[in-house]
Amino acid sequence: MTQPQDEMLPISVTVDGRLETGQVSSRTLLVHWLRDDLDKRGPKIGCDTGNCGACTIRWDGLLVKSCMVLAAQADDTRVETAASLAHDDGSLNDLQACFKEHHGLQCGYCTSGMLMTATDLLESGEEITEHSVRRGLKGNICRCTGYENIVRAVRAAAGHDVEKPHGAAEEVAS
Amino acid sequence: MTMQDTATSTWTGKTVPRKEDDRLLKAQGEFGDDTPIAHLGHVVFVRSPYAHARILDIDVSAAESLPGYLGCLLPDEVDVLTDGFMELQPAPADAEVDKCLAAGGKVRFVGEPVVAVAGTSRQAARDVAATVVVDYEPLPHVVDARRAVEPEAPQVHDEIGSNVAWDGVYDWGDIDAALKSADHVIEVDELHFHRFSSTPLECSVVTVSYDAGIDTFNLIGGCAMPQITTLMMAAAMRHPAEKIRIVSKDFGGSFGVKIGMYVPATAVALLSRKLGRPMRWTETRTEHHWMGGHGNERWFHNVKMAVTSEGRVLGLSYDALDDVGAYTRYEPLGAVIWTQVANACYQLQHLKVHYRSIYTNKGPVHPNRGYSRLQHMWLVERMMDIAAHRLGFDPVQFRLQNYVQPEQYPYETVNGCVYDSGNLPLSLEKALDLIEYDDARRLQRESAGTGKRIGIGIGSTLDSGTNNFGQARLINQFLPFSGNTEGGLVRMGVDGSVYTVTGGVAFGQGHETTVAQVVADMLGLTPDEIITHRGSDSALSAQTGFSGSYASQFAVTGIGAILNATRKLVREIQLVAASILGATPEEIVLEGGHALVLGDPERALPFAAVAGIVHFSPADLPAEVADEVGLVGRAVYRAPFEIPDLERKRGNLTLTYASQIHACVLEIDEETGEVKILRYGMVDDCGTPINPMIIQGQVHGATVHGISAALFEHFAYDDDGQLLAANFYDYHAATALDLPSLRYDSVVSPSPFTPIGAKGMGEGGGAPLHAIAAAIQDAVGGDGGVVLESFNPPERILGLLNGGTESTVRVLR
Ligand code: FES
Ligand code: FES
Repeated sequence: MTQPQDEMLPISVTVDGRLETGQVSSRTLLVHWLRDDLDKRGPKIGCDTGNCGACTIRWDGLLVKSCMVLAAQADDTRVETAASLAHDDGSLNDLQACFKEHHGLQCGYCTSGMLMTATDLLESGEEITEHSVRRGLKGNICRCTGYENIVRAVRAAAGHDVEKPHGAAEEVAS
Repeated sequence: MTMQDTATSTWTGKTVPRKEDDRLLKAQGEFGDDTPIAHLGHVVFVRSPYAHARILDIDVSAAESLPGYLGCLLPDEVDVLTDGFMELQPAPADAEVDKCLAAGGKVRFVGEPVVAVAGTSRQAARDVAATVVVDYEPLPHVVDARRAVEPEAPQVHDEIGSNVAWDGVYDWGDIDAALKSADHVIEVDELHFHRFSSTPLECSVVTVSYDAGIDTFNLIGGCAMPQITTLMMAAAMRHPAEKIRIVSKDFGGSFGVKIGMYVPATAVALLSRKLGRPMRWTETRTEHHWMGGHGNERWFHNVKMAVTSEGRVLGLSYDALDDVGAYTRYEPLGAVIWTQVANACYQLQHLKVHYRSIYTNKGPVHPNRGYSRLQHMWLVERMMDIAAHRLGFDPVQFRLQNYVQPEQYPYETVNGCVYDSGNLPLSLEKALDLIEYDDARRLQRESAGTGKRIGIGIGSTLDSGTNNFGQARLINQFLPFSGNTEGGLVRMGVDGSVYTVTGGVAFGQGHETTVAQVVADMLGLTPDEIITHRGSDSALSAQTGFSGSYASQFAVTGIGAILNATRKLVREIQLVAASILGATPEEIVLEGGHALVLGDPERALPFAAVAGIVHFSPADLPAEVADEVGLVGRAVYRAPFEIPDLERKRGNLTLTYASQIHACVLEIDEETGEVKILRYGMVDDCGTPINPMIIQGQVHGATVHGISAALFEHFAYDDDGQLLAANFYDYHAATALDLPSLRYDSVVSPSPFTPIGAKGMGEGGGAPLHAIAAAIQDAVGGDGGVVLESFNPPERILGLLNGGTESTVRVLR
């Protein structure tokens, strides 16, 4: 077994609006650089095969799974993670607020990826229906919520009048 | 304080948004792999590619010259440094030796760790692992429990003498007489409940920093059962439990399966101590599917059910082979856990089960959502359905008639368990409304001859919660376990702010929120004002031995402990305020952040003043008050249990029984065998709710786990003992697009046995597996085969449409 020779490459990437520079090995995945070197906790790792979507980010405006991109490829590009979504004062944006109101998260591990995918869908101009939301989210696995409340949250963010969580209606009335 | 304990208070019982959500939505959570640690080393396991093999040689010499190599841990070292993990089964299977690396010079399943290596980075550790050479001599293996019990079968553990980990007979009532005298007897040769798991999205992560100065292991990572984990590690490593601290922060799911984390955690701990450096192991998806814990696979043989001519089910008998894989990590507790729901939802009078837990060369099973009960309830529900179809009873009426009836609660089962409350007929009625039953039957009629078939199915199930650990003695009389407790701690800080920590470890169930709701009610604050500890920390004294999140219990045990702890804090605040305000403690009420004299709100003391006096000016207090008050309420909740009758295998094994009645309408494509769910309804009854929104969310999650397991998920092994679903390509966890929208309703039958009438819930009892099997049967109809498997992918559906199981299912009378 020969000793692996890693070429180290300098990169500079605008991550969540801030210019970040670093040295990465030619085989470092973008998700690992974001997480390990920058402590960016939005992208998560839930699989080894590009199936789960927990690592989803926007890359120069394109929705990608950051475990499928090498860090070196990201040189001189822009990356947005879920950490960029909230308003500057720290308050939740509309989509995040809908996730909270509709109980669209339990453990929260899939949540950052779901938010990025849903943000992209909502901005895509595609007509939002229950079916289009389900199709749009099909690359993101959630093992907790059964997706029902995530779908409702995304539709609510698109302005649909969706069923409130159980027990919430009485709250509003009281 | 009785008024403040009731569920009619301001916050308890209401849909309150979750306290956890903001940090998780803003990517500010801290999951296992998120915690930044200086000088961190990374651990990778070198794992067995064989199902069963002897280890001839291990060569790590090539690793030593690699950049970033830190060191390794070998089985020989583990043999010296540790004893085998504690085993629960009696002789002879207690001879099983289970260690954190392959024990006894053998590997017993594909993916079993053989060597642990450490590197300065993830990449370095992986590179190192790739250079380790292990020389194996493959041995004959067995991956089918039915073969494993044959006399000539390969032995998974040579020292035991057979592949049987546990063997016992449960015999309640007189099933032989019932089968002899019943008007109808149905007999089925074999049914099979398949292997799958909830596969949490976050795989396991364990970080251990060994602190040499105080000889203490500090663990960080999601741990669902911290004190049992501590005990397992302490005993194996011969290290004091109080020198092992386990901290969990945000936690991306367990659903039971992460209860086995003590095994890899021990290897990480040993490496951290050996190399003098913090170590982290971040499990990969493939590793998780190999060893992260599968649900119990079970074969049911010689199943017989006795039914009267009026359609009353008298009871049943069967032989079970439970395939536990290569090691008994929580097993063989599954051999008794199912008896919590011996009757399932029905008025059975006789039940006889010969149960055996069987070793095979497959990944070990761990408790998985619905643990061991869903297998039995699937069997009973399947037999109910087969009986209804074969004997010509209407499946709805047949269930309604045999359900435990609302006026029968508390209802004692054949084995002495007490079903606390419920209303199954009403739940079924609501479930049928959700799927618009009559309309669905119309659709079904109209679909005839179109190439699509429509089927309607019901799944009736129970979610038993709050274990009596005394049931462990039914599998091994010498196990020193009984009852159940949970802990909780509520304290007031130096400025009057209130902090709570519970022994339970949440992984998405919203414990921070529900704790804040009940504490807010007792202290007269709002949930926003209650500071809730995230995750758990074994150093905070909130835990008891049984602490953790498993077995559907938090609403009873976790909340019970927090109520008791808060009650102590309330008493202390009253004592302080009474002495300052010149009143009796009983006259002090808590409202809006003040302790005030009832009926005289002018005489009030803000919490900040209460805290200030206790923490900084105790001389202001009478000595007897100052001596007693520390503003820390720490309490346990003890579930009222007795030790079961070991002779007759009877006793109350769980405190509460939530129910789940599901109904579904599905469509089968006759050409492809594809199943599409058209309507899905779930009716949940878990007693008095604490937060209805959270309950509904748990029901959604459990439902989709069940639907996905019934149609897509299977941990199948091939003849070589290779797992065929070791990633999310081959193991298809349902996506949003695979699922229908879910229709929810609830019934509230308060538990008479719990602090606020709530019942544990969340596991769900696997109702979708029952409902989908029944709906497939309904669609296939009388001319096709009988659904005898819990997993029904398209190819199996096509088989059912072609018939072919007649000879294995018989109506004897
Ligand atoms: S971690 Fe990137 S898709 Fe799963
Ligand atoms: S909330 Fe846990 S995986 Fe989606």
